[in-house]
Amino acid sequence: MSETDKWMRLRAATPARVGLGNAGTGLPTDAMLDFQADHACARDAVHATLDTQHLADRLSRRPAAIVTSRAEDRQTYLRRPDLGRRLSEESAKSLEQTDCDIAFVLADGLSALAVERHAIPLLTALGAIEAGYSEAPVVIATQARVALGDDIGERLRARLIVMLIGERPGLSSSDSLGIYTTWHPHVGRRDHERNCISNVREPDGLAYPVAATQIDWLVKEARRLSCTGVSLKMDLPVAEKPSSLPAPENR
Amino acid sequence: MFAHSVGATRYVFSDLKEVLAKASPQRSGDELAGVAATSAAERVAARHVLADLPLRTIAAESVVPHEEDEVTRLIATQHDEDAFAPLASQTVGELREYLLAASSAELERLAYALTPEIVAAVSKIMRNQDLVAVAAMRRVETSFRNRLGGEKVLAVRLQPNHPTDDPKGVAASVLDGLCMGCGDAVIGINPVSDDVGSTCSLLYMLDEVHTRLELPTQSCVLAHITTTMAAIERGAPVDLAFQSIGGTEAVNRSFGIDLALLKEAHEATSALKRGTVGDNVMYFETGQGSALSADAHHGVDQQTIEARAYAVARAFRPLLVNSVVGFIGPEYLYDGKQIARAALEDHFCGKILGLPMGMDICYTNHAEADQDDMDAILMMLGLAGVNFIMGVPGSDDVMLNYQSTSFHDALFVRRQLGLSAAPEFQDWLEGSGLRDLGGLPKLERVGMLEHQLGDIAS
Repeated sequence: MSETDKWMRLRAATPARVGLGNAGTGLPTDAMLDFQADHACARDAVHATLDTQHLADRLSRRPAAIVTSRAEDRQTYLRRPDLGRRLSEESAKSLEQTDCDIAFVLADGLSALAVERHAIPLLTALGAIEAGYSEAPVVIATQARVALGDDIGERLRARLIVMLIGERPGLSSSDSLGIYTTWHPHVGRRDHERNCISNVREPDGLAYPVAATQIDWLVKEARRLSCTGVSLKMDLPVAEKPSSLPAPENR
Repeated sequence: MFAHSVGATRYVFSDLKEVLAKASPQRSGDELAGVAATSAAERVAARHVLADLPLRTIAAESVVPHEEDEVTRLIATQHDEDAFAPLASQTVGELREYLLAASSAELERLAYALTPEIVAAVSKIMRNQDLVAVAAMRRVETSFRNRLGGEKVLAVRLQPNHPTDDPKGVAASVLDGLCMGCGDAVIGINPVSDDVGSTCSLLYMLDEVHTRLELPTQSCVLAHITTTMAAIERGAPVDLAFQSIGGTEAVNRSFGIDLALLKEAHEATSALKRGTVGDNVMYFETGQGSALSADAHHGVDQQTIEARAYAVARAFRPLLVNSVVGFIGPEYLYDGKQIARAALEDHFCGKILGLPMGMDICYTNHAEADQDDMDAILMMLGLAGVNFIMGVPGSDDVMLNYQSTSFHDALFVRRQLGLSAAPEFQDWLEGSGLRDLGGLPKLERVGMLEHQLGDIAS
């Protein structure tokens, strides 16, 4: 077996950037630029602006409400997570009480790209499952942290918030969507009082139907036990593993 | 109350805590906590106040109350009053000048004469070059299966993380790192799962790697310390016990630990006696901002709290300590400049307090930083004599999703600064034919190592 073949085999065992070769002590040019390209995608995803109107249009017949947090721009958002957890004054006033079973929030988080790509297909996959619950308008939120859902849920008087939010981009994925469920949302909820499903994206992450099944289970359990958080987490049905990441040279 | 005028404005500070916070270089975490200076002039006024403070004033005041915090009590116990006495009337400004002119032996004698708060204070009035120059004079040597921290030695933690803890995936990264001369600090895996079973599997696998390759280094699975203790009870081969620690009792509680637990782990790990040339068995990670993140900062700036964490670390004679400086994100350290400053502060404070300080030179994708920033930090810390850095394949940690230094970076800094691996490990590299005379990697030797690893790798 040649050296190249050996490294090919080792590379197949891990998504890590192994066997890159070298130029002096440095990286070969291709490997260096591949890394820069991946970092650039992640950076662009962090700083992308969510086109909220376009997203609302894609919800077709479902009503939407567009809100923003108290962080007025991306720089403030990144520096002040506390501001990203509260609705702007205007947005707070715009939300009406609904006393609904479930409210969905689509939030930019750290990757607007994730929401743009995966939120609508995931909602579609959930469509069949969610029938039978009373729903608030779908809330589309910008400059949002996970806990903004608490403020939104409190305003809507929703029994449960399901938040679809862009996760922090990694080099191998700039568009991972995270799902957080929070029972009886109100300002001051702690992270351990939520459940989370991570890395929803196709084709390389958790597929929409699998994520939808897990969300359905979390929603049913939350309603049965009147809570979310660590007590539910242990029994989450084992999902199919996300397909493995492509080898570095393909990213 | 303290005051100083800059131009026509008089700035007043109510207590030591406020002076320390406002004297700190600008960083987002202190702004988030609401303790930072609100203008550049106020910042420099606070530095003037700090520079004129006698050390005894700082030693006499607890920034975190004694009765509420076991770390404050530990700091008091560690403080060597006799060694401190001749320094007590010096000001912080005078201490800076003393440090810049001190010999290695003089710096070594300061370790327990100074408190973390005093060391943090003086760092705040030091420029980056001061932090480099003084730290470079202070070697801290530790040992387990090799000797780390010696003159002209820069070690590397080989970090072969894998998104599913797959043993063959881990082995591929280990082979890559060894071919590039990395792994002398430790081969240390951050496991995906913190359960005892999978921690034990990884421990046995790393032990096999060590045995089959006759590697003069140590390994570690960076699980929670209670998981490691459970692994020890099951008879797993534990070289080092790892734990993240912080500078207040409350932040440590948020990590699920206290001093008594660390002591128990230290004793249990020491009792295994797996070291061959030394008995330093603890590995600690720290990082500015963790206390604020856990709402456990008592209104103290993040760098002072970080220095207090070093009191916790040194109580257990660790083999390795590193700050994970850029991991926490831009709400604590916003950009490359803030990360660089924090890295130099943490390294300096750790060394002066007697710790074998390494650094995870790193950033996340939402921070304003890139590889060029990391290159600059790497070179500065190389000059400052950092004990070890991380080696992650291609800088991309595919499990923790952040970027750290790579095997290539380690080769670069060793070559540029004339540094080498720990002596026992260097001998192994040369004996294995893994290094030519120029210190370049020998990737073509991977086949030989792979063969020695046998079924672990393929």
